[in-house]
Amino acid sequence: MKALSQRRRHPLAAVALLLMGLLITGGLYAAASSVNEAQAATTYSASDVNEGNKLFVANCATCHGMNAEGSPSGPSLVGVGAAAVDFQVGTGRMPMQMNGPQAQEKPKQFTDEETKQLAAYVASLGAGPAVPDEELLDTSKGNSAAGGEIFRVNCAMCHNAAAAGGALTRGKFAPSLAGVSEKHIYEAMATGPQNMPVFNDSNITPDEKRDVITFLKEIEAQGSPGGAQLGSLGPVSEGLLIWTAGLGIVIAFTIWLTSRPS
Amino acid sequence: MDTFQDPGLPPHRPRLADVDPRAAKRAERQVTLLFVLSVLGTLLFFVAYFVVGHAESIGEIRLQNTLLGIGTAFAMLGIGVGIVHWAKTLMPDHEITEMRHEVRTEEDRQVAETMLGDIIEETGIKRRPLIRNSLIAAVALAPIPAIFMFRDLDRTGASAGQIVDRLRHTMWDKGIKLVRDPSGTPIKASDVQIGSAFHVIPDGLNEMEDPLNEKAKAVVLLMRLDPEKMHISPERQTWHHDGIVAYSKICTHVGCPVALYEQQTHHLLCPCHQSTFDLTQECKVIFGPAGHALPQLPITVDSEGYLVAQSDFHEPVGPSYWERG
Amino acid sequence: MSSTTEYRPKTSTGRIADFVDTRVGASQIVKEFGRKIFPDHWSFMFGEVALYTFVILLISGTFLTFFFDPSMAHTTYNGSYNPLKGVQMSVAMASTMDISFDVRGGLFMRQVHHWSALLFVAAVSVHMLRVFFTGAFRRPRELNWVVGGTLLVLAMAAGFTGYSLPDDLLSGNGLRIIDGVIKAIPVVGTFISAFLFGGEFPGTAIVGRLYMLHIMLVPAMILLMIGIHLFMVVVHKHTQYRGPGRTNDNVVGFPVGPVYAAKAGGFFFIVFGIVAAISGFFTINPIWNYGPYDPSPVSAGTQPDWYIGWVDGALRLMPGVLGNFSFEWIIPFPWGDNNLILNVLLPMVPAAILIGAMFAWPWIERWITKDNREHHLLDRPRNAPFRTGVGVAGVIWYCVMWCAASSDLIATHFHVSLNDVTYWLRALFFLGPILGFIVARRIALSLQRKDREIVLHGREAGVIEMSPEGGFSEQHVALDEYKLYKLVSFESHEVLPPEADRVGHVTRSEKARGAISKFFFEDRVAPVTPAELEAAHGHHAPAIEASSENASIER
Repeated sequence: MKALSQRRRHPLAAVALLLMGLLITGGLYAAASSVNEAQAATTYSASDVNEGNKLFVANCATCHGMNAEGSPSGPSLVGVGAAAVDFQVGTGRMPMQMNGPQAQEKPKQFTDEETKQLAAYVASLGAGPAVPDEELLDTSKGNSAAGGEIFRVNCAMCHNAAAAGGALTRGKFAPSLAGVSEKHIYEAMATGPQNMPVFNDSNITPDEKRDVITFLKEIEAQGSPGGAQLGSLGPVSEGLLIWTAGLGIVIAFTIWLTSRPS
Repeated sequence: MDTFQDPGLPPHRPRLADVDPRAAKRAERQVTLLFVLSVLGTLLFFVAYFVVGHAESIGEIRLQNTLLGIGTAFAMLGIGVGIVHWAKTLMPDHEITEMRHEVRTEEDRQVAETMLGDIIEETGIKRRPLIRNSLIAAVALAPIPAIFMFRDLDRTGASAGQIVDRLRHTMWDKGIKLVRDPSGTPIKASDVQIGSAFHVIPDGLNEMEDPLNEKAKAVVLLMRLDPEKMHISPERQTWHHDGIVAYSKICTHVGCPVALYEQQTHHLLCPCHQSTFDLTQECKVIFGPAGHALPQLPITVDSEGYLVAQSDFHEPVGPSYWERG
Repeated sequence: MSSTTEYRPKTSTGRIADFVDTRVGASQIVKEFGRKIFPDHWSFMFGEVALYTFVILLISGTFLTFFFDPSMAHTTYNGSYNPLKGVQMSVAMASTMDISFDVRGGLFMRQVHHWSALLFVAAVSVHMLRVFFTGAFRRPRELNWVVGGTLLVLAMAAGFTGYSLPDDLLSGNGLRIIDGVIKAIPVVGTFISAFLFGGEFPGTAIVGRLYMLHIMLVPAMILLMIGIHLFMVVVHKHTQYRGPGRTNDNVVGFPVGPVYAAKAGGFFFIVFGIVAAISGFFTINPIWNYGPYDPSPVSAGTQPDWYIGWVDGALRLMPGVLGNFSFEWIIPFPWGDNNLILNVLLPMVPAAILIGAMFAWPWIERWITKDNREHHLLDRPRNAPFRTGVGVAGVIWYCVMWCAASSDLIATHFHVSLNDVTYWLRALFFLGPILGFIVARRIALSLQRKDREIVLHGREAGVIEMSPEGGFSEQHVALDEYKLYKLVSFESHEVLPPEADRVGHVTRSEKARGAISKFFFEDRVAPVTPAELEAAHGHHAPAIEASSENASIER
């Protein structure tokens, strides 16, 4: 006891304490935020991490901080996992073009290799959702009906029942999911980009995520049995069609019908 | 009156088909062609119906639907356009004037008035007020049973008090597990990370014979946020578990599911009428037509770490009503 | 009876015709209607579009009833649409899925039915707008205007009850909104909701009940109203636009037999063809996307069909809470607290005002103008600037609410904030109709002045002349007498100041009437008189416009 109390006054004690505190909180945070993220994490090489670090400092550090600890203009990336990087960078949302209600999808700024390196770096900062295995994206193994039910309960209120997208508050929106790759859909669910809630593996299991992806890919591929879908926007686009094209054609016929031939 | 004189109908101008027999013949051929087109349209309908047959895939149904549409459209438009073209080019196009008549003539009015007067007189209804008054009473009373017949439209046989009272209660009760919608699996508090949203139903709902009525009241949205960010009133301090909160998903406006959770702004948005609720302020209304906050479900964890309700909601969920109080 | 020389038909067709004729008096019907005159104008056709789409609705709807099962019992879908296979749903939804995927042509019939329903209500609306803006509702047609308005309301009712039948997610959430609105009704709302749904929402009764209304009561009432409507058209004869040879005492047009019957009959097939083409190419109400109704899920972009949209939009526009003030009032009564849910009830007020004003307008206009004459000649909208202004104000009010129902789609498709869209529409809700009235009336007055100018100066010939002095001017060609008559034969209401009644008293309502009359008719453009035209031709002075202004605007 005496020794400890003496060492407490050691000049390095404060540093040691701080380190210990950081380790504990970091570890706890990592544990809390990686609930059941049980998929086999892709192993990244040390050089990937190094290259990723360089790319990060050059392209991301302005907002996210030199060590990805976050700043007033960008959140901390400790513990967000490789999946978050792969989604944000892979869909072109990051680096952000400008501040706005939310990061917009745009042509991606990094090659797949660079994206992987960035992901490796961020993954090295703390445990988080990993990029999903091919196995989890294989739609031939999913059940679209089960996925549809999960989609309607958890996703359709923002993304629309046919995944055509929808509005959120103050200029934000849930994008259309047409054309989004299986991997990115999975990563979005696992990491909750922007204002999207996180659907971790205990909420929607990896198998269920695959079902959702299967559902989305199936309805996208098969199209509508009834003809053009009018954006799958529901009664608004239907009403618009009948008032413009529908009545337009009717009026054209009425004018022809009541005109006098030469 | 200083107005212009009506010059009368303009002189009739003959059409091409009136003066040129070849134009008339051409019009005749056009009409025939249109009718033939209609026949082809009907044939296309049969092709779509029988050749495509019982469609196997969505693509085939689409093809069949489109062909049925084109076939019917040609069948109908061929007849319609043909007849109208016929009428326009080959039938007489002289405008004819017809005189209007008074809707009612004074002569008719007088006859009718006399007649009705006589009819009423013959019934004697004016002279015999006793008959008249008792008839009025009988006729006024007779339909009233019909109104009462509608009382059993509520098939549950509930009394008026029960009808009002059942809106106050949901399935939730002390110790009922929060389970996932639709799978019905229970949720551990440790499963709920910051930023996630769980769509929740009470345990046992899926096993019910007819779950939709209870589900319409009991659905809950479960979210976790940093407890520091929440402004919790004193009496609700124990209603959350480590920042895990549960709120009714039924909008207090007109009842749509308020399911849109923005994890960064902590706003809940209703997709039907855009009522917005602030989760950090106990879901009070910050935008849109809703009139009061979403009710909160007090929750806790059981011995195994599963999330359970502490009790039912403390106020009625869903749209407001006269007796809500 | 003495049948001394009874007619003996020679052909078999003749024998059948004679049989019918001697039993029902067909000769008389033919005599009455065979050559009845109908005026011809494209804007007169919308009533027919409405009638024909209704016939299409009856045909396609009958087909659908053979396959649809309005039961809310639970079943497991096992049809051929893979993404819903094995999903729990109601029998109503499952049978609608079967119609769409497992009955040949069933999807086509569903789409024909739904598209023609949208077109039906649209055609009724456009027809009513035509009648309003041309003043066709005036004496003797006020009651037929009311019947038409009733048909519009019934059409909306028919549409809504049908929208709710498939028991899919979209229609279920629509019903949930209806339930919420009903519960907001003071005193009786809770009970009406319980009676309508047969207990608590959603219950198991509502689809069957709406089905009965949809296939029996509402269409029967529509048929009855159509019968009355057409009967009155026959009694009144059709209105016509002003023009040479057309007076208030005659009707100029084509006889039913053969021209009008051919055109009208052919037009039925045309409307059917248009609906069929749209149904072949465009999906409507894809219930397989929405999935079965379940109180938990909801889809972004949940909207009603277009004709209910304005009411839904009004619900969206209303703020529920302003600062700390909630529009949900809790009134402490001696027996307990009761809620007056103004945030739901107030948005129903504009709907009541619009529909009420629509029904009452013929009487309102008659009260203001004191014009109780029979009108069989139509106004061009520009020649009734006050009515056009009022109509445009109403249309804009409707459209603001209509837009509000798609505020979320406006936000996503034009990349603006959902909240800002709502704020702007809230402002437009109050300003739009006022601006609409002012602008529309000004445009109408300007068009009338333009007409005067054409009458007085002739139309521009497109030939530029150079005078000996070097000035350029355009030749104007005088109108022929027929075209001229079209532009000068109209009536222009004047201000009617308040009048005293028999005892010399000016009532308050009469004063109000006088004020409205002044507001409506203070600015007016009178038709050109022969004297003015004479003067214009005589002097050939450029000051015509100024003098016409003096003549036309009375202050």
